[in-house]
Amino acid sequence: MTIQTSKSKTTLKLFGVVLGMFVFGFALVPLYDIYCQVTGANGKTGGAYVASEAFEVDEERQVTVQFLTNNNANMPWEFRPTVRSMQVKPGQMYDTTFFASNIARTTMTAQAIPSVAPFHAAEYFHKTECFCFEQQQLASGEVIDMPLRFIIDPHLPASVKTLTLSYTLFDITDIAATGAAE
Amino acid sequence: MSAVIENHHDDHHHGPDKGLMRWVLTTNHKDIGTLYLWFSFMMFLVGGCMALVIRAELFQPGLQLVVPEFFNQMTTMHGLIMVFGAVMPAFVGLANWLVPMMIGAPDMALPRMNNYSFWILPFAFGMLLSTLFMEGGAPNFGWTFYAPLSTEYAPPSVTFFIFAVHLMGISSIMGSINVIVTILNLRAPGMRLMDMPLFVWTWLITAYLLIAVMPVLAGVVTMMLMDIHFGTAFFNAGGGGDPVLFQHVFWFFGHPEVYIMILPAFGIVSAIIPTFARKKLFGYDSMVYATASIAFLSFIVWAHHMFTVGMPIAGELYFMYATMLIAVPTGVKVFNWVATMWQGSMTFETPMLFAIAFVILFTIGGLSGLMLAIVPADFQYHDTYFVVAHFHYVLVPGSIFSIMAAAYYWLPKWTGNMYDETLGKTHFWLSFVGVNVTFFPQHFIGLAGMPRRYPDYALQFADWNMVSSVGAFLFGFSQLLFLFIVIKCIRGGKQATDEVWDGAEGLEWTVESPAPYHTFSTPPALPERSLA
Ligand code: HEM
Ligand SMILES: [Cu+2]
Repeated sequence: MTIQTSKSKTTLKLFGVVLGMFVFGFALVPLYDIYCQVTGANGKTGGAYVASEAFEVDEERQVTVQFLTNNNANMPWEFRPTVRSMQVKPGQMYDTTFFASNIARTTMTAQAIPSVAPFHAAEYFHKTECFCFEQQQLASGEVIDMPLRFIIDPHLPASVKTLTLSYTLFDITDIAATGAAE
Repeated sequence: MSAVIENHHDDHHHGPDKGLMRWVLTTNHKDIGTLYLWFSFMMFLVGGCMALVIRAELFQPGLQLVVPEFFNQMTTMHGLIMVFGAVMPAFVGLANWLVPMMIGAPDMALPRMNNYSFWILPFAFGMLLSTLFMEGGAPNFGWTFYAPLSTEYAPPSVTFFIFAVHLMGISSIMGSINVIVTILNLRAPGMRLMDMPLFVWTWLITAYLLIAVMPVLAGVVTMMLMDIHFGTAFFNAGGGGDPVLFQHVFWFFGHPEVYIMILPAFGIVSAIIPTFARKKLFGYDSMVYATASIAFLSFIVWAHHMFTVGMPIAGELYFMYATMLIAVPTGVKVFNWVATMWQGSMTFETPMLFAIAFVILFTIGGLSGLMLAIVPADFQYHDTYFVVAHFHYVLVPGSIFSIMAAAYYWLPKWTGNMYDETLGKTHFWLSFVGVNVTFFPQHFIGLAGMPRRYPDYALQFADWNMVSSVGAFLFGFSQLLFLFIVIKCIRGGKQATDEVWDGAEGLEWTVESPAPYHTFSTPPALPERSLA
């Protein structure tokens, strides 16, 4: 093999590595999502829960569930839980609502993003119905009560006495308009 | 070989061209090395001026000189320019000058690409610097450009920043491919990998790091571009993305990047210390393995920059221990340098002074790094001046001192003249004092809780900030002396011998001084096994 061909071969291989690493950078995005879903890291909760087993209600146990709401920067809506905290029994289904009102002058679209603390409890917080599964579009001045239905998994580690579910409300009017949001 | 006679003939016709076009069109590794080094020095001065704006504002509490918006642009641009414009191009310049001469190759393997790699840089940095004059100002989101600061809340100039980063990335990727192809294919016959000088080894490993992580950097800025202009939501939580993801991808690039800025420095110091200690480098093999393991570990510790984002405890523990593990191969290196000096007959010319200062001050930076790696402690230290002190200790008296040591060490070979030793030593002592006066107090104000990246601070931090600013001006202006020394050396001075330093080892010292425009057109015969 001459020097020339071995040079070209090495060069080509290295450009291959470069391309591979560029793709790898993008592959980190789905990998990260999978990682967070599996471990519940980041307090991320899953999508709509479909019961895979019938839970037995644990009558002995009381867990406090707190609700928090935040507005992301520049999000003018009024947004709050109708109840701030509930005493719940693992295995039983509960309903509550969140109140939102568009006090801006224009029609806006919003998306609520949930997060559960402590993180390792996130995977035991099942939502069978949640306003966070869809976008909310409100005309100026419109108000809405948004439903949440959840069950706490009885497998929730005994050390967890209090769960906090927090929602941050994002203004996604622009993203929704370009139709790119999921 | 028949090439010998032809070669003689070539020398007449293939000297440097005359005029400006010589530099624009050149494919000669020495010309390109020179271009890189001058470019890097210019960026060093530009970035340095920005640092002095920062330190002038922080001389006293309160807002005196600049508005906070501009202060943020200064911290951001200072970091970007020093990392991508000063330190990295300086090392590439040194690689261009030295790698072919050290391995007995006639030039870099891909000379035309070498020319492109360099000439992309002025465009990249022209574009980056032009943002200072744009509506909304230059990037102001820190050199780490965390989303959503750099996406949703960024000034319009962010798009130019993104393209500038793309260009820098292309330049370093092509540069490192060139280095690898050169080292793997053009070594003098008989030179095995384990015969190579350590500077060549460390650059080989650095180049692999570069081609592995620069594409990831390109990917992350591309995602930003798409979020900003094409309605995707990689980092926008409202659209289903995640800002913490940005930090993971960025630091997957960012931590190897900091080693990209230090591994070639290890190589330089490993060349200089044996020369002036008049002993062989202690533990050559362990140096190679230590470098390789540092490079490997640098891929699996990135989240030590993110201990406070709210990782699961298992993650915090893993990244803490993995980070501390890096101290082991680093310790091996420091041990080897000290052992090389042990009982050597040392002399203290300027390159040696810079090299010894490197060993001591880099070690201080490594120790503060270890402190930062302790998770519970980092909750206190994170985003304070303690972090600023840490990375300036590893980068200024670390990377920058090594570059200066290299400049003094090889200048006589490049120019054919000795530099002025008295002035060189003066430059060293001014820099040494300046660096420590600037950055040591930042440990104290950091531990006391002063956050980084603010134009103002509480009164209790006033005294040490003033000291730090005085040191910064001392250090900054001392670098003009360096410029003077280099120019003086280029224009004349005591004629350098071919060997330059008695006892210096390596093929670059076997060619005449100044090194002719073409060296090793025919591969050299190796002296037996004494290169390393
Ligand atoms: C023993 C080796 C080292 C250890 C254990 C270490 C550890 C760390 C840790 C834990 C941080 C994060 C601190 C925080 O943000 O709270 C950090 C920051 C940093 N380190 Fe190191 N480090 C080491 C060596 C180096 C070297 C050799 C360099 C570069 C030449 C370097 C450059 C940096 C930079 C630039 C940052 C700050 C990045 C930023 O937030 O702007 N470190 N280091
Ligand atoms: Cu790091």
